[in-house]
Amino acid sequence: MDLRFSPEENAFRQEVRSFFQTEIPLSIRSKSIEGRHLTKEDIVTTQKTLHKKGWAVYNWPKEWGGTEWTPVQQYIFLEEMQANGVPPPLAFNTSMNGPVIIQFGTEAQKKKFLPRMASLDDWWCQGFSEPGSGSDLASLKTTAVRQGDHYIVNGQKTWTTLAQYADWIFCLVRTDPNAKKQLGISYIVFPMTSPGVTRRPIQLIDGGSEVNEVFFDDVKVPVENLIGEEHRGWDCAKFLLGNERFGIARVGVSKMRVARIKELAKRVPSNGGSLMEDPQFAEKVALAEVELKALEMTQMRFLAAERGNKSGKPNPATSMLKLKGSEIQQTVTELLMELAGPLAIPYANDEDDMIGHNAPPIGAEWAAPAAPTYFNYRKVSIYGGSNEIQRNILAKAVLGF
Amino acid sequence: MDFDLSEEQQLLKDNVERLTAARYAEVKTRTSLMKSPKGYSEALWKEFAEMGLLAIPFAEEHGGMGQGAVETMLVGEAFGRAQVLEPYFPTVILAGSALRLGASEAMKAAVLPEVAAGTLTLAFAHQEPEARFDLANVATTAKADGKGGYVLEGAKCVVLGGDSADKLVVSARVSGDRKSKDGLVLFLVDADAAGVTRKGYPTQDGTRAADVTLSGVKVGADAVIGDAGKAYPVIERTVQNGIAYLAAEAVGGMTALHELTVEYLKTRKQFGVPIGSFQVLQHRSVDMFVSVEQARSMAYYACVMIDEPDESERRRAMHAVKVQIGKSARHVGQEAIQLHGGIGMTMEYKGGHYFKRLTMIDLMFGNADHHLRELTKAGGLLAA
Ligand SMILES: Cc1cc2nc3c(=O)[nH]c(=O)nc-3n(C[C@H](O)[C@H](O)[C@H](O)COP(=O)(O)OP(=O)(O)OC[C@H]3O[C@@H](n4cnc5c(N)ncnc54)[C@H](O)[C@@H]3O)c2cc1C
Ligand SMILES: Cc1cc2nc3c(=O)[nH]c(=O)nc-3n(C[C@H](O)[C@H](O)[C@H](O)COP(=O)(O)OP(=O)(O)OC[C@H]3O[C@@H](n4cnc5c(N)ncnc54)[C@H](O)[C@@H]3O)c2cc1C
Repeated sequence: MDLRFSPEENAFRQEVRSFFQTEIPLSIRSKSIEGRHLTKEDIVTTQKTLHKKGWAVYNWPKEWGGTEWTPVQQYIFLEEMQANGVPPPLAFNTSMNGPVIIQFGTEAQKKKFLPRMASLDDWWCQGFSEPGSGSDLASLKTTAVRQGDHYIVNGQKTWTTLAQYADWIFCLVRTDPNAKKQLGISYIVFPMTSPGVTRRPIQLIDGGSEVNEVFFDDVKVPVENLIGEEHRGWDCAKFLLGNERFGIARVGVSKMRVARIKELAKRVPSNGGSLMEDPQFAEKVALAEVELKALEMTQMRFLAAERGNKSGKPNPATSMLKLKGSEIQQTVTELLMELAGPLAIPYANDEDDMIGHNAPPIGAEWAAPAAPTYFNYRKVSIYGGSNEIQRNILAKAVLGF
Repeated sequence: MDFDLSEEQQLLKDNVERLTAARYAEVKTRTSLMKSPKGYSEALWKEFAEMGLLAIPFAEEHGGMGQGAVETMLVGEAFGRAQVLEPYFPTVILAGSALRLGASEAMKAAVLPEVAAGTLTLAFAHQEPEARFDLANVATTAKADGKGGYVLEGAKCVVLGGDSADKLVVSARVSGDRKSKDGLVLFLVDADAAGVTRKGYPTQDGTRAADVTLSGVKVGADAVIGDAGKAYPVIERTVQNGIAYLAAEAVGGMTALHELTVEYLKTRKQFGVPIGSFQVLQHRSVDMFVSVEQARSMAYYACVMIDEPDESERRRAMHAVKVQIGKSARHVGQEAIQLHGGIGMTMEYKGGHYFKRLTMIDLMFGNADHHLRELTKAGGLLAA
């Protein structure tokens, strides 16, 4: 057993770190470190910079622009990206839809979609969930009926993240109403500008509107936009959902946030000293650090096992990374809000039409995003398979119930 | 021992609940009121006045009803349940308590009838940016002008209801260093007096607040509430009254949020069954129920202890109340969102509004950690 990184791996870490710190604008990185809103442009600029370097789709095969990094290198890359506040490449493009098209798409589809996906010339969104189909995704009702060379799509998706920026959507639709649940589903893609596609933003409890309802009213989709086999879209969905395993715990992000909390807490007065000198608060921070370290080691163990995993099948135990990672992310946002105390009460959101002015109230500028971030991060235990669903997976697949 | 309400109390509870449930029946009503100029309904404020709600804690000779903590608890619970936006907490409970407990007869006779009648709104301008939860930490100064009056200099932040209040109860220091309990003074100041600048903004829970700057604000001797230099006990009791009310409001909010969650579990179907048929979700909602009831018990305890003459006992009790309220509010709020899934994350659903208010209640006047520390320093609740 040797859990240390090799000299080559350490050199790799240095290389990616200095790239992030010199090539990604500080104005963008500090926004994500401070929990402020990233614009579409921030995300596009970052991905284009990474793409130029050949790193935006590091996880893809070499022929489509990938790097052939080892799992350890990928891990180091993600960790440095998170620790330095670099907005990650758009997951819908690079870790969801891209790998699906690489795995299931035709040569023509790959040529058409992958390059623009990698460079973020096309922004993709994920149309899986529906009002009646969340955890029970396979019950989805949106239909696609074949008419000659086209499908006619009708129905509704919801919780579609950043659909307001999207050029394309990848969708699960029901193509065979008579087949059993999973068997009648297909995976199709189409432009958001297709006639019959409408969108309504949903305001979330942090005040922003990062999700949307998307409605389809007789949307015409050419048959060549079917990915994989007709009625076999569930295979694509399962592949997609099992794909993202290591970024999900976001250990690097939590580490960066805890370090920032420790720094800020030195400046917040409490009980005659600073909050960082207050044993009650300091112990809570230390406990979060212990949990985070344990999670990091757990992640390393999975990573080491992955080196020897030739089956290509995801290890169901990685569900614990999502479970624990989301809990720790939530704990950390809670700590920041506690740190802000009464200064977290004012609401200053320049995206919301509720207020005409957006200069932060007196008090600490850093405190303004504390409560919204706490509210927003309740989502991490809900989406991507809720924590209850992750527990169900662990119970079944690992404990044998 | 009797936890039953009297007939009049039951009537009060029913009436307030009925009125606020009707006026806030739709989430949209609340959201659009949040965006209105004052951030609340002046018409509803009038209705509160007509029902006597604004008069509850004040003496009859001051236009009040001469009622006590149980009645304000009933109002708080109903307001928490309906998530009302009207400035009852800042006007009647916070600033109202400061006046009730500290002001001269003359000031009470001049001001409280107007409060009770709904023609005057107030705010408690005490919090300062550097003070966090320390009630004695006041840097705002009051310098005697030699003619019995004072000149105020300083800055207050997150003054709840401070954006639209007609008058402010302002704390300042005549002597002592900035963390001393001695040397504090309270004033009643016109919100648009010369030298008072207010920057209003919405708060995370949909209500309003303001940052208030005082520069060269001249006030007369008749603006002083109580004795100059000896205001700390009044400030502390004002905040304790605030805690008792917030406890009730939180219980109202938590109860409604829990009911909403249970109802949702019984109706939302996934995998062909109501999600409430999953035992894990039943148990989680049972734990929420226990948290709500523990909080309710402490809201009652607050009513019992709020007028306790032994100040040390009263103080420890109010610390304990806020600890339990904070813990329960956090648990119930977080679980409610989780058990709802995506729908719990939106402003279009009432659940999120409850969650945000409950979260803010913990941050007001000391969070659970702060009060736990203070309770521990004071020796806990039980004699060793
Ligand atoms: C901010 C945000 C962004 C999102 N972005 C996208 C997106 O871009 N594209 C997309 O397609 N979807 C997206 N989603 C949707 C997300 O995947 C769903 O919210 C999630 O699958 C849960 O579904 P639901 O909200 O319908 O909750 P439900 O499935 O109704 O769940 C409600 C509660 O019941 C529990 N539950 C359900 N089934 C079981 C069970 N068998 N055992 C125990 N407990 C159970 C859940 O854990 C939850 O606590 C997003 C959601 C959010 C909140
Ligand atoms: C110290 C002690 C003193 C006792 N004294 C007495 C006595 O004086 N008289 C007497 O008659 N008995 C007595 N008992 C027995 C006691 O009532 C049983 O232990 C108890 O009813 C649980 O039964 P069990 O031990 O068979 O556990 P099981 O019923 O087998 O339960 C095992 C576990 O499964 C859980 N479980 C079971 N059913 C469900 C369900 N439907 N949903 C979710 N979880 C479930 C349980 O909560 C427990 O965690 C005593 C037990 C102890 C430990």
